[in-house]
Amino acid sequence: MSRLALLLALVTLPALGDPTPQDVQKVMQRDFHGRGQAGMDRVVQDGVQRLCTESHDRPPAELAKALQADQMKTIAYPQGSLLGDWQRGEAIAQSGRGLTWNDKPGDAAGGSCYNCHELSPQELSHGTLGPSLRGFGRTRGASPEVQHYVYGKIYNAKAYNLCSQMPRLGASGTLTPEQIKDLVALLLDPASPVNR
Amino acid sequence: MRLAAFAALAACAALAQAQDSAREIQRYRQMIAEGSPAELFEVEGEALWKKPEGPKKVSLERCDLGEGPGVLKGAYAHLPRYFKDADSVMDLETRLLHCMTTLQGRSREEATRRVFGSADRPSEFESLSAYIAAQSRGVRIAPGMSHPKEKASYELGRALYFHRVGAWDFSCASCHGDEGKRIRMQELPVLYKPEAARPVIATWPAYRVSTSQLVTLQWRMNDCYRQMRTPEPTFASETTVALIHFLTATARGETYHGPGNKR
Ligand code: HEC
Ligand code: HEC
Repeated sequence: MSRLALLLALVTLPALGDPTPQDVQKVMQRDFHGRGQAGMDRVVQDGVQRLCTESHDRPPAELAKALQADQMKTIAYPQGSLLGDWQRGEAIAQSGRGLTWNDKPGDAAGGSCYNCHELSPQELSHGTLGPSLRGFGRTRGASPEVQHYVYGKIYNAKAYNLCSQMPRLGASGTLTPEQIKDLVALLLDPASPVNR
Repeated sequence: MRLAAFAALAACAALAQAQDSAREIQRYRQMIAEGSPAELFEVEGEALWKKPEGPKKVSLERCDLGEGPGVLKGAYAHLPRYFKDADSVMDLETRLLHCMTTLQGRSREEATRRVFGSADRPSEFESLSAYIAAQSRGVRIAPGMSHPKEKASYELGRALYFHRVGAWDFSCASCHGDEGKRIRMQELPVLYKPEAARPVIATWPAYRVSTSQLVTLQWRMNDCYRQMRTPEPTFASETTVALIHFLTATARGETYHGPGNKR
């Protein structure tokens, strides 16, 4: 048994009598039905969801590191510049559409960014589940390394913080590489309202 | 007091929807004059409760919601609970469906064709829920907690609350897990804590000003799973009942004072 498997076995020991994530998954497979684009494959947990459920979002450090490395490999960086158009990025950040059972498959999705983050100071209706991103590029700069980080974070937030509450917006097929580049520009372009 | 609170809510909603505000304001004024809009659903629900329906052409008046056939006083405040005749734990809507199929002889398919209504045409479950819940005003919230199946349902509900799943990896706790968080401007109650669960559960079902609908807890579970990008939870399934059971048990001890009003 590998060290990883051993660790995994350790955290999976359930409290006596409590339904395990496996039990819950079986119940969901019985009690849910596919609707629109939201198919039953979505009630099957992947390793990240399973470990975060088992550990109440506090995974053992070593295990988290190993799984984050796997998540990092899912990120596909496009060729060339990662900076798109911040104006298109603003519209994508505003939109909360995508992947629900009543969104039409094929229709452009949004990133729901304002649901959770403050970005442009003009938008007062923003959530607080995530940190404020106001002035993000002003404080972090827009170097290739920062662009690389922001692109990666949006593509797969779990590669940096395994049990983040932020969705894996690229890896889940919600946003296209073009859209993610536009969001990178929204966060980093000096002309973007986020930085002015 | 109820009216004053509702008037404030209605005013906010009218502001938020500036487009057809004049007409809307007129509509709200009229509703306020007539009483809380939830009360209109209560009246409609009473009529439905007494109306003969289904192949057996009988009303729901003999339906046993846990306090004995036809007893409504306090019944809602004691749900979800275990029912021997069905050997399962049921919330209000699940029990109503049970009575529709057994007493009235209706098929499950027919009775569940329209479990969530629209502003123009409410679902019978919505009106019935408003009517029945109102008969528990002033009664302490005390769902069943002693039968082994009640304990199992509560435990399943709690596990579901923290279960991360779906295309965006959410659990209920992703949004209802930390104090003081918001989605856009909507505050997110931390529903596994009694302080937060109590005022919420004490006012469901509720009239939702933004959509002019009477909404139920089955609807709320459905719509939160929609936002979680999962497939759809089946109405009156063990999953939805268990979550409602967990939330209601967390709120136990609070005095029921709904149906309330929501954004
Ligand atoms: C459901 C909530 C949610 C959504 C939707 C969301 N985020 Fe996040 N985001 C978070 C949380 C929580 C964190 C902090 C924890 C972490 O770093 O993973 C975070 C962190 C970040 C960070 C890292 C901040 C830093 O200081 O390094 C960036 C960048 C970011 N989000 C951008 C976005 C963008 C752009 C979008 C939309 C495409 C988005 N987020 C959508 C919740 C969300
Ligand atoms: C992606 C975010 C998100 C997730 C995940 C989520 N909810 Fe919600 N929930 C909301 C929002 C936003 C509201 C308020 C909606 C409104 O005001 O119309 C809400 C409202 C509620 C309410 C009513 C609160 C009140 O004040 O009356 C209940 C109960 C509830 N959610 C339960 C759940 C349960 C149970 C789950 C998991 C199955 C869940 N939620 C998952 C976002 C979420």
